[in-house]
Amino acid sequence: MSIELGHFALVLAFAISVVSAVGGLTLWRRGERLSAVLGQAAVLQFVLVALAFLAVVHAFVVSDFSLALAANHSHSLKPLIFKISGVWGNHEGSMLLWVLILVLFGALVAAFGRSLPSDLSNLVLGTQSLLTAAFSGFTLFTSNPFVRLSPAPLEGGDLNPVLQDIGLAIHPPLLYAGYVGFSICFSFAIAALVSGRIDQAWARWVRPWTMLSWTFLTLGIAMGSYWAYYELGWGGWWFWDPVENASFMPWLAGTALLHSALVMEKRNALKIWTIFLAIITFSLSLLGTFLVRSGILTSVHTFASDPTRGLVILTILALLIGGAFLLFAIRSPALRQGGLFAPISREGALILNNLFLATAVGAVLVGTLYPLLLDALTGTTISVGAPFFNFTFGALMAPLLLVLPFGPLLAWKRADLVAAGQRLMGFAALAIFLAILISALAGNSISLVPIGLLLGFWVSFGAVAEVIERSRLGRIPLAESLRRLAGLSRSIWSTAIGHLGLGLTVLGIVSVSAWETELVTTLNPGESAELAGSNIAFDSFEQSEGANYLADAGRFTVTAPDGGTAELVAERRTYVASGMPTTEAAIQTYGLSQLYLQLGEPLDDTHVVRVWHKPYILLIWLGTLVMAVAGVLSLTDRRIRLGAPQSRQKLSLGATR
Amino acid sequence: MIFRALVLSLVLALSSAALAVGPDEVLADPALEQRARDISAGLRCLVCQNQSIDDSDADLARDLRILVRERLVAGDTNAQVEQYVVDRYGEYVLLNPRLGAHTILLWTAAPILLLIGLVALVFARRRHHSSGPEGLSEDEAAALEALKRGRDAP
Repeated sequence: MSIELGHFALVLAFAISVVSAVGGLTLWRRGERLSAVLGQAAVLQFVLVALAFLAVVHAFVVSDFSLALAANHSHSLKPLIFKISGVWGNHEGSMLLWVLILVLFGALVAAFGRSLPSDLSNLVLGTQSLLTAAFSGFTLFTSNPFVRLSPAPLEGGDLNPVLQDIGLAIHPPLLYAGYVGFSICFSFAIAALVSGRIDQAWARWVRPWTMLSWTFLTLGIAMGSYWAYYELGWGGWWFWDPVENASFMPWLAGTALLHSALVMEKRNALKIWTIFLAIITFSLSLLGTFLVRSGILTSVHTFASDPTRGLVILTILALLIGGAFLLFAIRSPALRQGGLFAPISREGALILNNLFLATAVGAVLVGTLYPLLLDALTGTTISVGAPFFNFTFGALMAPLLLVLPFGPLLAWKRADLVAAGQRLMGFAALAIFLAILISALAGNSISLVPIGLLLGFWVSFGAVAEVIERSRLGRIPLAESLRRLAGLSRSIWSTAIGHLGLGLTVLGIVSVSAWETELVTTLNPGESAELAGSNIAFDSFEQSEGANYLADAGRFTVTAPDGGTAELVAERRTYVASGMPTTEAAIQTYGLSQLYLQLGEPLDDTHVVRVWHKPYILLIWLGTLVMAVAGVLSLTDRRIRLGAPQSRQKLSLGATR
Repeated sequence: MIFRALVLSLVLALSSAALAVGPDEVLADPALEQRARDISAGLRCLVCQNQSIDDSDADLARDLRILVRERLVAGDTNAQVEQYVVDRYGEYVLLNPRLGAHTILLWTAAPILLLIGLVALVFARRRHHSSGPEGLSEDEAAALEALKRGRDAP
């Protein structure tokens, strides 16, 4: 019964979204009364989709296998958390989650957007409803999660064992919140193009949504990377897989959008570009979610796809993205540019940031799609893998990281590069010194390592330099400096912390790429081996039984160079329902470094054991967490909490048309 | 990610006479083994999804790893080993596509995009300057006109 109610709720939400979309986009001039109705409709869509979602969750939790989705993707023996996360571990359920987050953001705009001028609000909610209509319609008509089975099977088919992990409970919701959050920026961009209203206030409304989505996407990608790292069994954390690229491109574009919206908010410049980026970012998010489902790309993330579904998805994408760009082409020439500035200025630095980030997006996009296009056009098959991306992306990021610390120290409009350089000189010297010292101590012969270290330290120190500069530390009495430090606005802290996070991530990447060590050996219980100064003793081997799997478990005692010991258990599991094997690596953390131990296949009477020492690898994810903290900090900034400061009256006067 | 040059110290602890899968592939000469690893990182496991043979458990990947090491032991240079594998499996096996007529757009995409961006910036700046500082919009001009007239009137 609850399934049918859920089904009905989704149909109703679809119908409401169609009406809202048509109403909002055609009658947007009708003012406040319409926006009140659209706001209520947005909340109602959220409530209905939430009901639909809960109905499916309920069926998974109680193992109601008359629901085809639960029968195919769940199992009564699964722990509760994996029953719940299993809801979105498949195509239909993940679509439902996607739509749920979409309507949640629509409802949030309705709730927090009361101060918006009514025509803008109508257009934003109308566009948001259009997206809801498209994707709830797609879910209902091609990927219905509410299909029943009769007779119902006694037991479910189980979820892919790799997905039976806490990662599945966290990674997709975060990632989707990031992807879908950019729909708000998209809707605002469409609203700006249709109404012609584009000013600093627009940027001030859009920036918090961008920041929120970007923070979610940052965490989502980082979580996915860490999940792959510990789950796939050999400690890789980024593969330049098409799906990873598909999530990375909106992140890069979203990062560019954050910075360009800043220019627009403060200086009323870069308007057309910001609108363009807002459209691009959400378009890339759509590609990220759906290219993998269209059957065009194959990757570990691909859900079983059928051609009709792929065609429908591509049609929807083409209409939405194509329509948005058509609108952009028609309307953007009418938008006026504002805010003059000299090339050497904060604006100039942010434009440089956008230039490199946009180029990086383009390079990753070309690298991801090139093999497909080449195959389709000429029949030649090539691979474009990690070596290509590392080179191309690295070459684009190096100059960006090099100029990054200058940005926050430059003044708006016209800045003094020499003065900024003087302030940074000490930190540059320190970064160079550390890079050389560490490379020398490590006896490294790879020429790129010192450069990578230098960039990582440079960006990190540059972030610290900004805060020190603003507090005038060392130039005025300490107490005075501390008071200034406490009084710094959160947006300044946010910038500094965000950049610091990036620097830490760079350092982690360089370190683990340069100094990772590996041990591949065969061991029997009672024997031991050495890696990176640690002694790894294989204590015992046993077979055990988990909730829904059988495991071969190896127990190890690792003695670190400092004498500390740790008990590690590495497993090789076979899941009962599907018969699929997985490896559960044992990971021991030492400060920011990790020892990664994998129990390999048994051979003859011995066991293959692989151990990696990954120096400072945690910096990679620590850096992304620091970046996310910066995002949250920026969202709590007073100016954002108070909402756009302009009154409605002033806005209607200040509109550019 | 940026620097994929892994410095690997391979320690062999051969405790049992019978060698198992992973360890028995490893060459005794560390320099040669390092070359094998470098080459392997750039070769695609053909039955996997976007993994190099160095990262894959698949049997085919293992066969290729062994093949690479055999060629190295036989005295091939890195380039000769790569060519040997490409001759048998096609260019698809290379994760780093070769520069050629069919990949010229791929390899030049990033610099071309950067150049387009720079040129667009210069043009936008020039146009922006020629249009002069921000003028008044029609509404604003009308409002100003109305104000002027209002002052003249009395």
